[in-house]
Amino acid sequence: MATRVLKSLLAPSVRTLCRRYSSQDARTVTLIPGDGIGPEISAAVQQIFSAAQVPISWEAVDVTPVKGPDGKFRIPPKAIESMNKNKLGLKGPLATPIGKGHPSLNLALRKEFSLYANVRPCKSVEGYETVYKDVDLVTIRENTEGEYSGIEHIIVDGVVQSIKLITEQASRRVAEFAFEYAKLNGRDMVTAVHKANIMRMSDGLFLKCCRAAAEKHKDIKFNEMYLDTVCLNMVQDPSQFDVLVMPNLYGDILSDLCAGLIGGLGVTPSGNIGENGAAIFESVHGTAPDIAGQDKANPTALLLSAVMMLRHMGLTEHARKIEKACFETIREGNVRTADLGGSSKCSEYTQEICRKVEAMD
Amino acid sequence: MAGDGVGPELMGHVKQVFRYAGVPVDFEEIRLDREHNDSEAFRQALLAVKRNGTALKGSVETGIDSPTGSLNAQLRTELDLFASVIKVQSIPGVQTRHDNIDVVIIRENTEGEYSNLEHENVPGVVESLKIITAAKSTRIARYAFNYAVEHGRKKVTAVHKANIMKLGDGLFLECCRKVSEEFPQIEFESMIIDNCSMQMVSRPQQFDVMVLPNLYGNIVGNIAAGLTGGQGVVPGMNIGENYAIFESGTRNSGRSIAGKDIANPAAMLLASADLLEHIGLKSHSELIRDAVIKVIVEDKIHTPDLGGQATTVQVVQAVIGHVREKTKQWYSHVH
Repeated sequence: MATRVLKSLLAPSVRTLCRRYSSQDARTVTLIPGDGIGPEISAAVQQIFSAAQVPISWEAVDVTPVKGPDGKFRIPPKAIESMNKNKLGLKGPLATPIGKGHPSLNLALRKEFSLYANVRPCKSVEGYETVYKDVDLVTIRENTEGEYSGIEHIIVDGVVQSIKLITEQASRRVAEFAFEYAKLNGRDMVTAVHKANIMRMSDGLFLKCCRAAAEKHKDIKFNEMYLDTVCLNMVQDPSQFDVLVMPNLYGDILSDLCAGLIGGLGVTPSGNIGENGAAIFESVHGTAPDIAGQDKANPTALLLSAVMMLRHMGLTEHARKIEKACFETIREGNVRTADLGGSSKCSEYTQEICRKVEAMD
Repeated sequence: MAGDGVGPELMGHVKQVFRYAGVPVDFEEIRLDREHNDSEAFRQALLAVKRNGTALKGSVETGIDSPTGSLNAQLRTELDLFASVIKVQSIPGVQTRHDNIDVVIIRENTEGEYSNLEHENVPGVVESLKIITAAKSTRIARYAFNYAVEHGRKKVTAVHKANIMKLGDGLFLECCRKVSEEFPQIEFESMIIDNCSMQMVSRPQQFDVMVLPNLYGNIVGNIAAGLTGGQGVVPGMNIGENYAIFESGTRNSGRSIAGKDIANPAAMLLASADLLEHIGLKSHSELIRDAVIKVIVEDKIHTPDLGGQATTVQVVQAVIGHVREKTKQWYSHVH
């Protein structure tokens, strides 16, 4: 009763603010800062988000694996609880040792939260030009199985067998997602990338699922192309591609190839979509241990991934503002980090974006 | 073996060029294609290559529902053509986004993901086996380092995904490392395949000789071909202990352009030149290779894939023109 009276006394704009704020209470997002430059770029994103007054509160967790009672390495339970509660996560780079030690943490996260589709929109960054000017495509990669099933055996000394697993369920799921994504984001065509001439059963099954999904979404164009032909054509004319869907390994390679076309992992966002509305957005570059802690890192990739997350959450206005500020800063060219050809510090770059965001209000 | 797609017409052009160049080679023609793909046809093809030792080949199309699987891959495995070698170089006059590319891609050609071992344990669940052996990895690594030494190259890059496939690619990488120790004069480095792909499109000039397992070799080979002008200009070779098959570097059948007289014959002609060099006919090899390069670089007679409007026949005629000029000189010397 008192609230109602109070609200009617307030100016309309403030009333709207109250209403919006209460219906859109600060959403908690799990933050995984990561290793190497992870903590500093995460801090940069948080700083920019607070400058933009994004209604998000961060819950930072550490995912360094702990040894369970059975001797196997696992993600700490606290991190899992946090993600299960919040459903949304933003993640910095994690280190994975080569050839030994615990299995890949990135893989473990994906398995744990059923993050079945990795989405990487690759669009030429205005103002940061590469020799490829007209890139605007999205790679959608099956994220849970395929060549990354982690199943390998030494059969006899000197003979190793790695198993690539393709299931109808996972293939169908990612194919469906690809078409839905295309529809939701106004894209025209989905291309299935495969090597079914060589891996007839496995890629053949994947292809079959893509074809079935295409049948259900006749309003989106569909075609199939061999992986090697895609590579051949991609480096000659990337503008012919729109949405690409493929199994795990090809997706890994192709999405990095496409990132290379637009300027590298330092400017490429990425999102991992899971079942039940869960999603983790992440920067996909490495931990860059050689520059960690020196205020030299480029937070753009993590920032753009966070922007992807805002769009996923429906906070499109905030997303637009932050993205605009970021691209303008890059385009103007005065305050760029070293990897983009400038000489500014991470903190200077971050401050410039904050300044621009604040000026937009 | 003309194969499918543009294979037959390109083989015809090669034969014609050989005639004008006076190449002392007879071709035994084998039919292995979409319509002749049963086990008998395959056996005949195999015997023929074993009999003659070298072959020039178009690509045999593999239907996705075909019961035999890729006959191209089977040929390579049966003949143990363990090394696929693709040389890519920037060609002056061919407009590309990057210049000064000079890379040799040496790809293990008989195992890895191409082992053709798949099974469906339960409906909807398929396993595909990728096999990596120490023996084959060591063999290809040694081939790569020897190649580097023989051709005055300075660096070998091993490409892998050992952070994910720790045992399989880990073994491949370890074999490369061990072999590199026998060649201290050659620089050795390793790179993860996804980073490698990114590097290829941003700074391909950093690569010299690359050694890779089967699938990654396929990918990087195609990227490299795309960077230097595409499938029309890159030749490929499959080398074994006893046999060798020469073909186009990207192994496309070119089904969509078959019979239209727009295919670029350069890749196949350059492959045929490589074949001649392999069997010791060095001057004929150079004759044909020089002629092809002259047509592309100096005469600038380009087929549509290079942005031009010439027909296949026009390119071939131009090549023959240069060949005849040169052979006239040879014979005028004799007299």
